[in-house]
Amino acid sequence: MLDKRMTPAEIVGRLSDGMTVGIGGWGPRRKPMALVREIIRSDLKDLTIIAYGGADVGMLCAAGKVKKLVFAFVSLDAIPLEPWFRKSREAGQIEVLELDEGMLQWGLKAAAFGLPFLPTRVGLGTDLAELGGLKTVQSPYVDGETLIAMPALKLDAALLHVNRCDYRGNVQLLGPDAYYDEWFAKASVKTYVSCEELVDKMEDHYHDDAEANIFERCFVTGVTEIVGGAHPSSMPPLHGPDMKAFKAYAGAAKDPGDWSAVADQFVGPDEATYLDSVGGKEAVMNIPLAIY
Amino acid sequence: MSDVTLAELCIFACSETFRTDREIIATGIGPVPRVGAGLAKLTHSPGLMMTDGEAYLVEQPVPMGPRGDYQVKRAGHLPFSRFFDSAVWTGRRHAMVTPTQIDRFGQTNLSQLGGTHHQPKTQMLGVRGFPGNSIYHANSMFIPFHSKRTFVEGEVDMVSSAGYNPAKRVAGGNYDHIDLQQMVTNLCVMDFGGPDNAVRVISLHPGVTFDQVQETTGFELVDAVEGETALPGKDALVIINQLDPHNYRANVIRDNPPAKRTVT
Repeated sequence: MLDKRMTPAEIVGRLSDGMTVGIGGWGPRRKPMALVREIIRSDLKDLTIIAYGGADVGMLCAAGKVKKLVFAFVSLDAIPLEPWFRKSREAGQIEVLELDEGMLQWGLKAAAFGLPFLPTRVGLGTDLAELGGLKTVQSPYVDGETLIAMPALKLDAALLHVNRCDYRGNVQLLGPDAYYDEWFAKASVKTYVSCEELVDKMEDHYHDDAEANIFERCFVTGVTEIVGGAHPSSMPPLHGPDMKAFKAYAGAAKDPGDWSAVADQFVGPDEATYLDSVGGKEAVMNIPLAIY
Repeated sequence: MSDVTLAELCIFACSETFRTDREIIATGIGPVPRVGAGLAKLTHSPGLMMTDGEAYLVEQPVPMGPRGDYQVKRAGHLPFSRFFDSAVWTGRRHAMVTPTQIDRFGQTNLSQLGGTHHQPKTQMLGVRGFPGNSIYHANSMFIPFHSKRTFVEGEVDMVSSAGYNPAKRVAGGNYDHIDLQQMVTNLCVMDFGGPDNAVRVISLHPGVTFDQVQETTGFELVDAVEGETALPGKDALVIINQLDPHNYRANVIRDNPPAKRTVT
């Protein structure tokens, strides 16, 4: 039987300096934070990160892992402006390609289908094309319309966190929104998925939930079980975002304002220590779902 | 109706902005636009569609804040993962937002202020979905503090959403769906109905003069005032209270003034 099980350290060990890494989830929602923390504990550097950004982006920027960021926003919802991302930007520490939210998924789709670009009207009339070096293309048909050619956003690796996986890489996502996780998976050479529950054969345990399999296992390279692996982001329907943790994290950007002084608090030496430090599995699972 | 607040007047004005006979998604970001969208759906524009703020379509607009025993009744599903396909890129949406800067062309900015793109002086949210929203569907704005810091002289620092600026148009581009409707502020209601889409003041809130609005705006306005902005009636106030039971609207405009102000 196919067996794609890996440890988080093995997953991060397969990444290398300079890679382009896509991160699933959306803002403070269902982010593969344990894998992000594992990157921060590693020696990896010069990454290009592509994400609908939340604390994943903020932490990676603060930890000096990011050479370039491809983003449409970085936000913690109730804390609209991600403070560590802001610090990096305002210090001019990272290169950026700023995109519209829809353009970002369009670029992932172009990559997924092996196309050099996909045409779109989005970005016309704004500063995005000029700032990002995006080119236009003309329709060869009678309309002759000028469109922005959104380049493929090809990923070397994608990192996702889902509810369930099996050894072969079948995933199940149970929350109300899959965001663009399937397109991160398909746009990437390799996709690594952490999950709340790992089973041997999905069909023997959860065959009634097969509709929750939002992309196919051929797009999955490695799987690992990390309970609470989305914390402090939300993991619906299990738990909501840890706003207390986000407030402490945001506050630390002002005081002391120095990531090296607080990295231990927000990353920790290993995942077991981290989970203990935020109250353990039970406390995380008891965080109420967000009200929007 | 002397106890109607300015925020409630603005909600009522926002609801008028959403008036339509189409079946489109109404998105109001922030308490005043959101309650305004809900009020529109529950009164004059039943075709409007909206979400619970997360992923489900609801026919009863969800009240703001902690819900107690209130149960969200899901009528449909519109997760982010379908939002561009269904709502934005088909033009089936009207969004009301609060950008940081707006210029005379209706271009807005919520990404960065000052500095350079590599090193902005102040980094904000990023352009989010504004470029796509502006090129594809109707948009309106709500500004709780009308000032030259928001309604800037010249152009916005970073053009996050497309407006009516001829210099920003490339030959052959399709700008037909740029549809900037109204801007509701703490002083007035404006639209883009002047010559070459110039910004006009179309109604003034009670006690406000056109000159007062002009003085706090960084670009020239067209005086097309047709009268005072309408106050919500008793029925509208009941619905506003149902949609905002924790009175978040009281914190939107500084000092939560009454709708009928004495001139300052």
